[in-house]
Amino acid sequence: MEPVNFWVALLGGGLLGFSAWLLFALNGRIAGISGIAAALLTPARGEWAWRLLYVLGLAGGAALFGYVVDPPKVITVDAGWPLVVIAGLIVGVGTRLGGGCTSGHGICGMSRLSIRSVVATLIFMAVAAATVFVTRHLIGG
Amino acid sequence: MTAARLLFALVCGGLFGFALAMGDMVNPARVLAFLDIAGNWDPTLLFFMGGALIVAVPLFQLTLRRANAPLFDRNFVRPTAGAVDVKLVGGSALFGLGWGLVGYCPGPAISSLVFGNPKTAVFLVAMLVGLYLGSVLTRPRIGQAAAA
Repeated sequence: MEPVNFWVALLGGGLLGFSAWLLFALNGRIAGISGIAAALLTPARGEWAWRLLYVLGLAGGAALFGYVVDPPKVITVDAGWPLVVIAGLIVGVGTRLGGGCTSGHGICGMSRLSIRSVVATLIFMAVAAATVFVTRHLIGG
Repeated sequence: MTAARLLFALVCGGLFGFALAMGDMVNPARVLAFLDIAGNWDPTLLFFMGGALIVAVPLFQLTLRRANAPLFDRNFVRPTAGAVDVKLVGGSALFGLGWGLVGYCPGPAISSLVFGNPKTAVFLVAMLVGLYLGSVLTRPRIGQAAAA
């Protein structure tokens, strides 16, 4: 896997931060993807259409970069099928219980200087790194 | 201003997805390589998150201090500040476990669906089921409140 150029990674991050702020400054909404996706699963008067468009944008924007700007985009998922299902369920339940994910807590919450978000981000980062350490170096070998 | 709200929801989502693909954050192998501190460590996620916060922290702070309302709506809708509780800690730990097992968090899972890896689709469906279950678990019990 080729490394991503430092400036491309930094600029990509900057664009993501700008987009999160833009949604807040214009529409007054937090760009928390787990919350937006979860709310699409239940009817919410007046709050459904924008969320659908936001999610379509997430897919469309990625497609624009991966198919037009810098193709091809290779997605590598090393985990086996059962693990993919289990991890998906855990990510869904965990982000609902924790009230957010990498975007809502990690970007928006940290930028609002929310203590809850800083704590959440430190915890999911640490647990994710510990999980990789265990699966790759202790049991994965 | 409904049309503007909808248009900018699409634009903001589009920018977000474009940015995720630009930093290769849509690729679980890239994310796991960052989380693998004891292995062949890849700093991309650090640069990406750094870039995001360098931009977002001052902008959010400026908006929170100077603006009374967003441009296209009456109020900012933001999470009520609460205490750090067991739900936050436990939920975040669970999320970290799932993130570390495969390398997908919610945003990238949705964005990378367009690149056609079947495992992305399966992860996404499982995640949506999990989100629904989590929503049910965290929903305030209206019936009980009414009875009390």
